[in-house]
Amino acid sequence: MSAPNPSASATASTPPPEVDLAHEFLNRKTPMTTVRAVLHRYPAVSPAIVLVVAVIVFGLINSRFLALTNLSLISQQVAVIGALGIAETLVILTAGIDLSVGSAMVLSSIVVGNAATGLGLPGPLALLLGLVVGVATGFINGVLVTRLNLPPFIVTLGTLSIFTALTLLVSSGATVQGNQMPGLLTWTGLTVNILGVDITYGVLITVLLYVVVSFALARTAWGRHVYAAGDDAEAARLSGIRVGRVLLSVYALAGVIVGITAWIQIGRDFGASPNAATDANLSAITAVVIGGTSLFGGRGNLWGTLLGALIVGVFRNGLALAGLDVLYQTLAVGVLVIVAVSIDQWIRKVRK
Amino acid sequence: MNDIATATRTPVLAARRLVKTYGHVIGLDGVDLELYPGEVLAIIGDNGAGKTTLIKCLTGAEIPDEGELELDGKPVRFRRPQDAREAGIETVYQSLAVSPALDVAANMYLGREMLRPGVLGSVLRMVDTKTMRARARAELSELGITTLQDVTVPIENLSGGQRQAVAVARAAAFGSKVVVLDEPTAALGVRESNQVLDLIKRLRDRGVPVILISHNMPHVFEVADRIHVQRLGKRAATITPQTHTMTDAVAIMTGAMKG
Repeated sequence: MSAPNPSASATASTPPPEVDLAHEFLNRKTPMTTVRAVLHRYPAVSPAIVLVVAVIVFGLINSRFLALTNLSLISQQVAVIGALGIAETLVILTAGIDLSVGSAMVLSSIVVGNAATGLGLPGPLALLLGLVVGVATGFINGVLVTRLNLPPFIVTLGTLSIFTALTLLVSSGATVQGNQMPGLLTWTGLTVNILGVDITYGVLITVLLYVVVSFALARTAWGRHVYAAGDDAEAARLSGIRVGRVLLSVYALAGVIVGITAWIQIGRDFGASPNAATDANLSAITAVVIGGTSLFGGRGNLWGTLLGALIVGVFRNGLALAGLDVLYQTLAVGVLVIVAVSIDQWIRKVRK
Repeated sequence: MNDIATATRTPVLAARRLVKTYGHVIGLDGVDLELYPGEVLAIIGDNGAGKTTLIKCLTGAEIPDEGELELDGKPVRFRRPQDAREAGIETVYQSLAVSPALDVAANMYLGREMLRPGVLGSVLRMVDTKTMRARARAELSELGITTLQDVTVPIENLSGGQRQAVAVARAAAFGSKVVVLDEPTAALGVRESNQVLDLIKRLRDRGVPVILISHNMPHVFEVADRIHVQRLGKRAATITPQTHTMTDAVAIMTGAMKG
């Protein structure tokens, strides 16, 4: 916490280290290298700047953008993507990728809906069953990645199809309406007024997930092992970290989050549809990437992902309020992704 | 004379007739090794002489087919690197095994993080960052590593020599019995190599025996107390910088001279 300023202590308490001119020349400071070093250390800075600028610009274009009802709407639009983004961040931090969180979430929500209506299970049991399905999806991915040593991209590409097929199998292609379900299942869509803004319980759950998982990543030994495993798996293994176990725990936790997100999704849509949230998975990856988490693993954090999800939400909402066609929203998101990855590549040059 | 002096002491670490084969390839063909308290033992040998296999067997990365290991005169068996580590043998791998994105202190405690006292540590598994940073700072200054003032800097922002210093400091902090260094100067420039050699001497001065694997004869002759020459899976000779020249060492390595 109270780390001494390196330059101050170097001059004050210890003899100056040998001066190596070549080394100094190669490490000379220019404004650009300073910017890069700051972004390198705090990858959430650039998305934060983008978000603030976007909010100001959209607010100037259309005053309705900053209305409390609109901000409430944005938060609801972001809740599901934001929650899935947590699961996706965990996997990407381990240098993996998960293409199946979206389909797993839909499968879980369909199981919850059909368990409550078809099987007549009470609300809490239906939710528990959905959570079990969520954990199972993550666990299957984790076992395939760690035990069979398959690339996460291939594993989750496969399970994406499998979970989608299971969803259709369980639901027979039919939507379960919210009014047929026990109230508990759609509770996440109800609002509570906080400081004049209507916030849904689903949004609050998403925020709570961010706080809990962020704590685990930043403050626990497990979190450090996740970063180390993604940064350099062999180095982590030689340091005594059981990399396979860490990866398995990451996929399983992603499954837990998927199960909880299914509940948020049911409340948001007031029902469980097999055709819901088809772009959720790619949007979650988009949020993670815009949030500054590196696809190469070991770098980034959850708050960046929250910012990334908010940026996507703000752009879509703001462009719509500005009267632009949906296609421009999609175009803008695409540009954002490429810019974000370019910035990541540029930041990573600090390494040398 | 040296042999008479060491014969009466118990080696910290000893290997007896280690054999390790990979299919038809013989890695170790009955090799012996003794490491005595407070010495730097260099292991030299041509490519394929079995240096790396020997080290792997000493540090639990490989299990020898035959032969015994003794730590402080007591027989030990290492099945995994963790076993050797728990017995007090720390290894600095050529790859260093550091995590570039994590800071210096986090790397020094990677895989054995200190947890916060009380419920925060036992239930929430919170790491005690403050204490780990303080201890990392103390360890670095005790080893005289003055070029590393800030333990909160990510490893990737450090020079090659500084990274090596972190890896060595980590081994020194936990290696209560033996520190093994695999080619620590291979990737370094002249100035950084000298810093690492100084570090090895300071480790010895602290009473920690060091096993040093190196290809670099001047480095070996600068820091080693004794030199184990490995040839064709066996120990060809154990020599000292006082009794033999670098030319002699190379001659024994290549078989041109009997050890």
